[in-house]
Order: sequence, then structure tokens, then C-alpha cells
Amino acid sequence: MVACTRDEIEEEDVFRFDHDGRTFAIYRSPDDEFFATDGLCTHERVHLADGLVMGHIIECPKHNGRFDYRTGAGKGAPICVDLATYPVKVEGEKVLIGIA
Amino acid sequence: MSETLPVRTRDYSLVGIDGARAVESGLASAQWYSCLVPRKQMKALMQRRDGPAIRDTALWFACLSLSGSLGVYFWGRWPAAVAFLCYGVLYGSASDSRWHECGHGTAFRTRWMNDVVYNIACVMILREPTVWRWSHARHHTDTIIVGRDPEIAVKRPPDLLGILLNMFQLKSGPAALYGIALHAIGRLTDEERSFVPKMEQHKVFRIARIHVGIFVMMIASCIALRSIIPAMLLGLPSFYGAWLMVVFGTTQHAALAEDTLDHRLNSRTVMMNPVFRFLYWNMNYHVEHHMFPMVPYHALPALHEAIKADCPAPYPSLIAAYREIIPGLLRQARDPEWHVVRTLPAGALPEAVSA
Repeated sequence: MVACTRDEIEEEDVFRFDHDGRTFAIYRSPDDEFFATDGLCTHERVHLADGLVMGHIIECPKHNGRFDYRTGAGKGAPICVDLATYPVKVEGEKVLIGIA
Repeated sequence: MSETLPVRTRDYSLVGIDGARAVESGLASAQWYSCLVPRKQMKALMQRRDGPAIRDTALWFACLSLSGSLGVYFWGRWPAAVAFLCYGVLYGSASDSRWHECGHGTAFRTRWMNDVVYNIACVMILREPTVWRWSHARHHTDTIIVGRDPEIAVKRPPDLLGILLNMFQLKSGPAALYGIALHAIGRLTDEERSFVPKMEQHKVFRIARIHVGIFVMMIASCIALRSIIPAMLLGLPSFYGAWLMVVFGTTQHAALAEDTLDHRLNSRTVMMNPVFRFLYWNMNYHVEHHMFPMVPYHALPALHEAIKADCPAPYPSLIAAYREIIPGLLRQARDPEWHVVRTLPAGALPEAVSA
């Protein structure tokens, strides 16, 4: 499924993609790779797309919860549950996300 | 401006009826009003830097060292009182904002620097790092929501004597020491269990034991040296130096609305001079901080400029804020339903849901 185009995400940034009542976060890493995770922080259901990408870390805009968006791994308090990740493929300008 | 509502009893306990009511009514973990800031601008405002916090922390430690050394040098003579007055404020009050900003992980770009300063500030201000990290996360999720926010400093009706006693931590200090002792023997209160996850609780016990060890060493030093000077440098300044923390901290939310989902209505932004802003690390921009907690302290003045058209006018000074707070608290002592109603500027987007 097409989530966005390459141009819609700056390098080292995140983009919100809503589909079928679900929300996802699409990331463009500093080395120009794309990744996708669930869109809400596992701590307090805050949209991660409003957060800050630093290297390969996404930081929740509310409570400083941090995840490695490549693996979804939480990086300490207040995160107790990892983030679900999804496969991403880039075809030309299109960024596709693999969601069931 | 004011409004009068029917009198109701408030249960500020986190395990009481108001907490359950907040969950039922959708006030808990809710969506809050947020001023519109373009993504590009917000991203720039959230950027982390080490430079400002390294400079400010070096200056803070230098001032602590100088004032503490002068206090010891002049011990027994009147200049020592002046030196310890300065040392106390730097230790017992300025540590509050360092604890706060480093707890958010926004002061420094480098993670370990935040953690080191956070843990040092926790000892200074008698706050246990793990408990207060989780408590403060809840404060940001449910700011001034009765029964949900563990950090409502001024409840209704206000405990005026308690506020005065806390100028020297005479109420909160013994409670903090009791908490450290309780955690050191491996116990938590029911309220703490409501916001500290089980997987984090072992850290609470371990760090409490470390804090006990630090204070035991301080007392042992006093006994060995037959002098109170070690306690004047570590421990007692949490009490005798706390007054400016209370003066600053009370401006944050006191006498403002409870149970609203709009930080413009339950928080104050107060303009302060550069010395106060250094001591308080720009927490006087409190509406801005609560609305966008991941913006570092050094970027809060720029954030203030970005959203001020959508916010109530800031208080021009600490005195202006207290001209509202003192009469407001005296009135709330008689009429707990009353609160200050902040006026949104013409053209501001309307307020969010209020209970």
C-alpha cells in the first residue's frame, strides 16, 4: 500500500499515515532509508509523527519515550512495550508499507 | 474574571473517586489543546544541543563551589550566612529546574549528560529519580486533573500553612525522607504503585538505598568532624535553600483551572529577568513547556514567540503573577470552587474540553 511519496518526508524525519482506522509512522533515516512503525507511542498513545527523529531514534513528543524505529525496540523509561514495525519498500517516488 | 460552580468535595488521591471519575469522563490520558506550529518550525524548536546546558551547568557548579567554599572559609562569621544563602538557593532551588529539564531528557543532546545531572539534582532536591520520573510523566499526561495528577502542588482548598512551611521544605521534606526510607526497605505506597510500573519498581528500591547511603555518609562526616558543616553542604540546603523553588513553582498552576484539557487555562507563563531564568532554566514559560514538553529550555523563548498570539497574555513579572495568586489562594481557602479564568486573546482558537 502506498503510504506517501519520498518528497513528503525530509531526511531524519517522520510522516503520519492513517489507513482504515489505524495510524502509522513512516520514517526517513539520515542515510535515506525508509521504515514504518505503529503511529502511537506504546506508553500513552501519543502520535509519534509529532515527535523528533534523532539518528535512528524516534522520541515521543509528550514524555520523552524513545524507540529505535528500525526495530521498534523501546530505549528505557517510560517505555515498557516495544513498537510494532512494518516492512517498507520504495518504488520510484512511492513509499509502500506492508500492512495486513 | 471568575466563575462559581456548585461546591464539591475533591479527592486528590490517585486511587480515589475523582481519579475514577476522570477516567470515566474522558479527562484521563486525553487529547489536549495544542497551538498550531508548522512541522518544520516545531522540528527546529525541538532540536537538542549540548552547548547551552554544558555552559549553564558549568556555571551552576562553579557558583555552587564558590559559594560553598566561601561559606566554609567564613564559618562562624557573618559572611558565611550570605555565602550559604547563595549556596542554598543554588542547591535547594536551582536543582528543581535541573531535575525537571534533565528528567525530560531535553537539557542536553547527549543522553548520559541528562542522566548524570538528573541524578545529582535528585539528591539535592530530595526526589527519588525513578518515582519522580514516572510521577512527572503522569503530571504531563493529566496536568491538574484531580485524582490523576500526582504533582498538584496547591490543591483546593489550599493548604496555606503548608505552602509557607514548604518554603523550607518543612512539610514536603520529612515526607520525602519517609518515602526514601520506605522504598529502601522495599515498599511502595498504593498511589506510587498506580504510576510506577512493576518492571521499574526494583530501581526505586535500589536508588533509595543509594540515597540512604549518601545521607548516612553525610551524618558520619558530621560526627567524625564534630561539625555541622558537611550537613550545611549536603542535605540541609535542600531545606534552607528551597524557598525560591516554592516562589517560582507556585506560579506554575496555583489558583488556575482544574480538570481542563487546555494548558493555556491551567498554567502560567511569567516573564522573568535573566538571573531568575538562569536559576529556573526558563520554566517561567510554563504554558509553552506543557503544550510542547520536548522543546528544550533554551528554545522556550522562541516557542513563546511562535504561539503567543494563540495564548493568554503572559504575566509581565513575578510580582504581577503574585498579585493574582495571593488573593486567589486566599479566596479559594473560603471558596474552593473559585478559580482564575484566563482570557484568551481575540482571534485565538477556542479552548478545548473542560469538565
